[in-house]
Amino acid sequence: MVIAFWTLAALTLGSAVMIVLTRNLLHALLCLILSFVGMAGVFITLSADFVAVVQVLVYAGAIAVLMLFAIMLSPRSGRDNAANMLQLPALVLCGLFAAGVTFTVIETDWREASRGSFDTTAEAIGQALLSPFVLPFEIASVLLVVAMVGAIVLVREDS
Amino acid sequence: MSPLVLDARVTLEQVLIVGAILFSIGLYIALTKRNAVGVLMGIELMLNAVNLTFLGFARFVESPRPIDGHVFAVFVITVAAAEAAVALALVVAIYRFRDTIDVDRINLLRW
Amino acid sequence: MLLSSWWDVRDLGNAVSGLVDALQDAGVPNGVIYSIAALLGCLGIIAFVGATAVINIWVERRLIGRIQVRKGPNRLGPFGLLQPVADAIKLIQKEALQPKSADGVVYSLPPILIFIPAILAFAVVPFGDKMVLADLNVGVLYLLALGSTTAVLIFMAGYASNNKYALLGSMRVIAMLISYEIPSVLALLGVVTFAGTMSLSGVVDFQDTYWSWLIFFQPLAFLIFLLGTTAELNRTPADIAEAESEIIAGFHIEYSGMKFGLFYAVELVNAMGLSAVIAVLFLGGWWTFGVEKVIPGWILFIGKIYAVYFLLIWFRGTLPRFRMDQLMAFAWKFLLPLGLINVLVSAFEVLLWTEYDISAGVILPASVVVNFALAAVLIVGWSKLMMKPFTDVRRRPHLFNEINVPLPGEATPEPAG
Repeated sequence: MVIAFWTLAALTLGSAVMIVLTRNLLHALLCLILSFVGMAGVFITLSADFVAVVQVLVYAGAIAVLMLFAIMLSPRSGRDNAANMLQLPALVLCGLFAAGVTFTVIETDWREASRGSFDTTAEAIGQALLSPFVLPFEIASVLLVVAMVGAIVLVREDS
Repeated sequence: MSPLVLDARVTLEQVLIVGAILFSIGLYIALTKRNAVGVLMGIELMLNAVNLTFLGFARFVESPRPIDGHVFAVFVITVAAAEAAVALALVVAIYRFRDTIDVDRINLLRW
Repeated sequence: MLLSSWWDVRDLGNAVSGLVDALQDAGVPNGVIYSIAALLGCLGIIAFVGATAVINIWVERRLIGRIQVRKGPNRLGPFGLLQPVADAIKLIQKEALQPKSADGVVYSLPPILIFIPAILAFAVVPFGDKMVLADLNVGVLYLLALGSTTAVLIFMAGYASNNKYALLGSMRVIAMLISYEIPSVLALLGVVTFAGTMSLSGVVDFQDTYWSWLIFFQPLAFLIFLLGTTAELNRTPADIAEAESEIIAGFHIEYSGMKFGLFYAVELVNAMGLSAVIAVLFLGGWWTFGVEKVIPGWILFIGKIYAVYFLLIWFRGTLPRFRMDQLMAFAWKFLLPLGLINVLVSAFEVLLWTEYDISAGVILPASVVVNFALAAVLIVGWSKLMMKPFTDVRRRPHLFNEINVPLPGEATPEPAG
């Protein structure tokens, strides 16, 4: 399990770094898809099977395709994956942020649970979505409808 | 025992550190990409890192109802999908008007 | 079932479990035993996939030939049985041309990577009573996720070819794949509601417990999923994306030699995989009303896979090709509402069954009758409803007809009716 976790985490982080370094925007998108799939693998090592499959289905299957279409509908001159002038300050900021979080994580005394991994999460997630979390569930569905209608209205040509 | 030593288990600290590194890479991408779709890629990476943190906490930390972490992760994925759809519709619409999706050039609120 | 001896061929999982027990008695660590068992399962699946990919080339071409009132390939070997061998030799010895402006790595990867979702689909399919490679708890959702990753790989192939027709073909394929995913999800949602579990062997156990195939409980879901499968496999009538007469083979124009051979093989493996899923979910998998005690379950299962595959070939031989907008309209305006209504009615039936404790002997036959009636009424009625704007000459809203007020721009009120 440890080997699996670290291999998949290395895959995810490696492809995330490749998004920065590659020269073509479509190659960056393919590295992003690889990192999504790697994340799904990491989720499985954390015994979150339902969330992992939903991640592949929604992120790698739908959001990546959305980005693909958006890239295809945009100019060819903008596909060179350039970086703007904020590279060095952003690097410093991100390094400081990662260092700060790492320090906090190591120094905190977490209440580790003694239970093992979950057996099946799908049924428990379903129960939780319908009893304590029913209001966010309904609001999320309204949000999706609003987003869908909004996206269609934004892209529609005035005829 | 130092949490970074590789013993026979994956510990909470290791998961959280991986999440933090992924978040900072996503932050770097979101701050430095010149293309609007590139910025969106960074945002999606950040949301993924947050999901990883939620699931790590759900797995390793004592709580009365550990499935809440998974429910949060599912909601984050849902909201990320909705937000990606709207953001990409915006990108396409802006390209139609301004003929560019370079975020450095789209800097006027009215034109 | 008396499966006490490891050579009993009615349950091939016997041999593997016998081996696992022997290894455990010998004191081998658990991780090694697990890896060996997994490896044996993978080898079995790859053997099955390879064998059927080769056999199906012959089956498909011969059967389409017979449907089109001609003999299929009959020159090479008796009944043309060596045709797949000839095809393989031809594809291997062809030069795999790569366009100079094609994107190097992104061009070469899709033929290899596209096998991954196709073979992974077989990992959750139960071939027999304990013969599943990975009995995932979310098996149904996992199959849907695999279908959606195929879309990205097809786009990679089309884009990297640096060819307008390839790009156009791959965009069409993606649009069709994501359109037909949603009715498929809704059809499977009806199945999962009835079976109460998302794991495929759990669905087979449900059919075993209630002594009937799920196709009798969910006929509408079967039809929707069958049509969604046809579209996802890019087969006629939905093969607008790779039709030779329309777009010169779509996203695999620039692939020749064995790379094209891999695409061709993956089409057949995908067809097998989705036929296997339909056979498991709707036709009972290895369970066949008790016949599996006499004939091994996995042989019956393979027979059912080929029965569904025969249906798909029948569609291909008989129906003409649809246009892109006809396909999209079919998915969004016909299959999606039918899927939603099916989920609603199935959920209501399961609610009556579980919450109000009506016994299974009453609710299940009643639901069979209701679902079949619903399927017939919806298919006929909804298609008439969808046809109405095209047959109604004056496309006014009904309200205006009754009030008899002229629409803006019209001078005189028209007569009612």
